[in-house]
Amino acid sequence: MSQAKVPAWVNLALIPFLNILLAFVVSGLVILAIGEDPIEAASFLIYGAFGYNEGIAYTLYYATNLIFTGLAVSVAFKGGLFNIGGEGQAYIGGLGVGLVCLSLDHTMPLYIIAPLAILGAAAFGAAWAYVPAYLQARRGSHIVITTIMFNFIASSLMVYLIVNWLKEEGRMAANSRTFEESAWLPHLSDILAPLGIDIGYAPLNLAFVLALVCCVLVWALLWHTRWGYQLRTLGTNPTAAKYAGIDTAKVTIWAMLISGGLAGFVGVNEIMGANHSLLLNFTAGYGFAGIAVSLMGRNHPIGIIMAAILFGALYQGGSELAFEIPTITPEIVIVIQGLVILFSGALEHMFKDRIEGFFIRRAVA
Amino acid sequence: MTTDTTPYAIELRDISKRFGAVQANKDICLQVPAGTVHGIIGENGAGKSTLMSIIYGFYEADTGYIEVDGKRIDIHNSQDAINAGIGMVHQHFMLVENFSVLENVILGAEGGALLKEGVETARVELQRLAQEYSLDIDVDAIVEDLPVGLQQRVEILKALYRGARILILDEPTGVLTPQEADHLFRILDALKEQGVTVLLITHKLREILASTDNVSVMRQGQMVAHRETAKTSKEELAELMVGKKVRLTVDKDEATPSDVFLSAKNISQYDKQGVKRLKNINLELRAGEIVGIAGVSGNGQSELLNVLSGIEPMTEGELHVAGQVITAKAPKDAAQMRGLKMAHVPEDRHKMGLVTGFEAYEAAVLGYHNSSDYNGKVLMNRKVMIDECNQRMADWDVRPPNPHLKTANFSGGNQQKIVIAREVEQNPDILLIGQPTRGVDIGAIENIHEQIVKLRDSGKAILLVSVELDEIMALSDRIIVMFDGAVVGELDAKDADERTLGLMMANAFNKEEQENQKGESA
Repeated sequence: MSQAKVPAWVNLALIPFLNILLAFVVSGLVILAIGEDPIEAASFLIYGAFGYNEGIAYTLYYATNLIFTGLAVSVAFKGGLFNIGGEGQAYIGGLGVGLVCLSLDHTMPLYIIAPLAILGAAAFGAAWAYVPAYLQARRGSHIVITTIMFNFIASSLMVYLIVNWLKEEGRMAANSRTFEESAWLPHLSDILAPLGIDIGYAPLNLAFVLALVCCVLVWALLWHTRWGYQLRTLGTNPTAAKYAGIDTAKVTIWAMLISGGLAGFVGVNEIMGANHSLLLNFTAGYGFAGIAVSLMGRNHPIGIIMAAILFGALYQGGSELAFEIPTITPEIVIVIQGLVILFSGALEHMFKDRIEGFFIRRAVA
Repeated sequence: MTTDTTPYAIELRDISKRFGAVQANKDICLQVPAGTVHGIIGENGAGKSTLMSIIYGFYEADTGYIEVDGKRIDIHNSQDAINAGIGMVHQHFMLVENFSVLENVILGAEGGALLKEGVETARVELQRLAQEYSLDIDVDAIVEDLPVGLQQRVEILKALYRGARILILDEPTGVLTPQEADHLFRILDALKEQGVTVLLITHKLREILASTDNVSVMRQGQMVAHRETAKTSKEELAELMVGKKVRLTVDKDEATPSDVFLSAKNISQYDKQGVKRLKNINLELRAGEIVGIAGVSGNGQSELLNVLSGIEPMTEGELHVAGQVITAKAPKDAAQMRGLKMAHVPEDRHKMGLVTGFEAYEAAVLGYHNSSDYNGKVLMNRKVMIDECNQRMADWDVRPPNPHLKTANFSGGNQQKIVIAREVEQNPDILLIGQPTRGVDIGAIENIHEQIVKLRDSGKAILLVSVELDEIMALSDRIIVMFDGAVVGELDAKDADERTLGLMMANAFNKEEQENQKGESA
């Protein structure tokens, strides 16, 4: 009942803001401790992420991956499932993209390859989520455990496939051959240049548009379809779902398939958009960061876009920061990212009760 | 009996406890002589559990105090209670299932950082206790491997190990077989001989008469009578328990039952532990009648509703609905049962009937969300849902009439109206309705009752489950009594009175009749 009296903006804006602020205050202390000026560091970070067109484009490029994995986590979470396997699903999704591109890039034009690659990403990501989903729905194995294990399996499988089958002869790095240009997803720099917007060499590509489309589709799916209705019922009250005659096992499996497919789209951005070849470890922790993005974005597409941009800014601004101030190593940047995750995700409720209490008292008085 | 000079083992003085608007206990006085078994009996919600929770320190009384052995003590938490020599055996055991008996007993009383010493002392002590009270048990057995009766023994040992001289047993036989229950009563006798005082909380008359020395009756939060068990009878206790209540009246004409809409044949259900929760249920439900299922809660009514509505599968038997035969091998789920024009208002609206995080208009289609009324080709038709919700809120006087308000933020009565409206407005042939007025205020109760009767008069078949005898008697045309998962009696509502029903609900009716007949023939 207390929810009724607390203004919505408190929960949606004030509390997340305070959490991030606290994360930055603690980060500032860390930077002070290594003998650098936190204000200077912050200005490098913010400038790096938002200060110029190329920086913004990089931020959005990172955010693209995080939107996909954030949406993946949120769809599962709405059904009461904690999908920790975004990392592995993204990795295998990339395999799907890579296989489509490698097999068609000599013969087919982009407008055939791109849709097939997107389907491949979704199908491979979903397939990787299917086994844990089946085990959860029909056998009761806990999805957190199985999806974590599937991350490791995905990682090993990709090493095996790339090193033994897909690596280009004579190349030192464990990469596949570079795709022909017909399998390159257009960069937004090419599209924006005629408009007079220069985003430099940032690998921001059409996958960003795909991410925004996915946000709309997920929003419609969750809140405007009967399947979304069933999913949300299952996620909030499994007993009521049974009462309503919802086939909970089926909904569980489909939720994970969709979740895995969304995570797989990371492959579209990375493999087809940025790297143009299939390579090791391109997922770089986006799957895990997606958990924080989804938590911070309250499992809502709009929140997820905002949180993904924040984390994208930390990635981009953080690397600028490490470049500008060499004593702030990339590890320190990871510490800052970790603090943001800690305060906005894990410690989300630290202020919540007190701040809500304050507003309730004020409303009563 | 004790003389005035001997203090009572435990004495309650004017204990009162209020939860919001509900007076759970009012001026409770109780005197229990040492070394006796004292029964406390009353209907569900009479305040027995609250009272015991106060004694054991889960709640603090608003007013009044407790004396143990003549000395006033303050009990703020269960540790205080344990220190005062009070032990409690809960209805649902508080055991760590994958620990051994010994480990469970010393839990929280390990006696040091290292376990070994505590374990050794406990082993010796447990052997002594087991001998003294004939509580034989293998102390190294893992609790989850033990049958329920033995698990309960572990709970009793736990209390005794902590030095309990006053033992509270809350509905101890609820989970026991009759044989295990008899064994428990023998244990209680042994405890009594060793000077332990036992408080036995129950709603079962048989237990009171079989095992207690004195009995106190609670009704609506008050202690209404104290009796010496030897000098009272089932009839007297049943009447005291139920009391003379203000009668709810519902205007309704004679029922005119016609076609059989639902017939259950020999339906049984086992739970995951293999306990038989429904025992060979046979019942028929006809168009144009209200059949009431009376019974103390937890005697299979919930399981019956779940099986009939398709939420849980049955284990044995057949269900005939709308020309279809449903069996354990050919089950139908809740959505399919709705397809047979069966609606279900569940007993617990929070756990089952609503999704409290949903806005009212969303909760108002739960179970019917696949209906073409609410769906376009791809998306759900929100406008239709919201318009319909507005209309129903007006028709059923749901307040506030706001389809966008979170379901959790409506009062209990209004939530219930949302659920009942949802089910009734689907125009079902069969309505299963559990606890229709639980937590609903008086005005809304009348309204809900009228709607149920109206539905009957329009030729629907209604199965009503309620723990409120008043409600059962006011609404039903025919009353079926359930006890321990089985149907133990059926009578025409015209022949039903509270005493008869109360006895039937305690499964004491037939035995008593037989005894009376024996007495007459002798």
